[in-house]
Amino acid sequence: MPLNASFVGKAYPPMPAYLVGREHIRDYATAIGDLDPAFHNVDAARELGYPDLIAPPTFAFSLTMKAMAMAMFDPDLGLDYGRVVHGEQHFAYERPICAGDELTVSCVIAEIRSSGRNEYLTTRSEVSTVEGELVVTTREVIVSRGTATDGE
Amino acid sequence: MPTWDEVSVGESLPGFAARVRRVDLVMYAGASGDFNPIHWNERVAKSVGLPDVIGHGMLTMAIAGRIVTEWTGDPGAIESYEVRFSRPVVVPDDDRGAEIRVGATVVDKLEDGRVVVDITAVCGDDEVLTSARAVALLRV
Repeated sequence: MPLNASFVGKAYPPMPAYLVGREHIRDYATAIGDLDPAFHNVDAARELGYPDLIAPPTFAFSLTMKAMAMAMFDPDLGLDYGRVVHGEQHFAYERPICAGDELTVSCVIAEIRSSGRNEYLTTRSEVSTVEGELVVTTREVIVSRGTATDGE
Repeated sequence: MPTWDEVSVGESLPGFAARVRRVDLVMYAGASGDFNPIHWNERVAKSVGLPDVIGHGMLTMAIAGRIVTEWTGDPGAIESYEVRFSRPVVVPDDDRGAEIRVGATVVDKLEDGRVVVDITAVCGDDEVLTSARAVALLRV
């Protein structure tokens, strides 16, 4: 079943604030096999000029994914989660995410298009502190495999 | 860690290979909160037409990004990072898993100490990332 194209432009309310903990960062960095001291050792991060541990560049997706889930699990959108794969990911950083940041994410559906048998859902997200400082902007393309209507 | 002046367009960054096994997918699922069963359940993966369990695209992106963060010496010096996930990383149920080979080349030097780096990630014969590019800020 194709996606509901009327969802283009739909914005979702910011998700509840997420307090980034040192252990979130350490666990994430360990899971991606990255032993960089700035992700594990507070003194090493401070030597680089950061207030606390910094998160690996891709960590932001763990937050934007929670915001995107509001769109992906919106039953009226018609997305079958089992058919979903990640198509593209773009990050633009104002600064790295740091331990102690209290972050919220707002997400908007930017585009829905089809190509061949697949559909492509593009979302844009902004990760900001609860004080209103923009930290990361992202663009995600999610592929819905085999759900496009056949070409006429 | 190189300064902007020391870097040349066309220069290769030190490459590496990383193994992704099933246990790595489980760890990544837990740490990231991405519990999509195609990344850990063979039955579900095959039922939706995939050859086997596939790795999280974001795990591949995270591994590939290390080639830039290790080179700059300051992993917070990345200003942008983007990829397309062109092919899945199929992770067999054995102790070897899949191997991802990562390479990168400096393709441009911008004002203010910025450099543009194009990244490659290959698994078997497949380029699993395309249009993979990071912009990093180096010391001038």
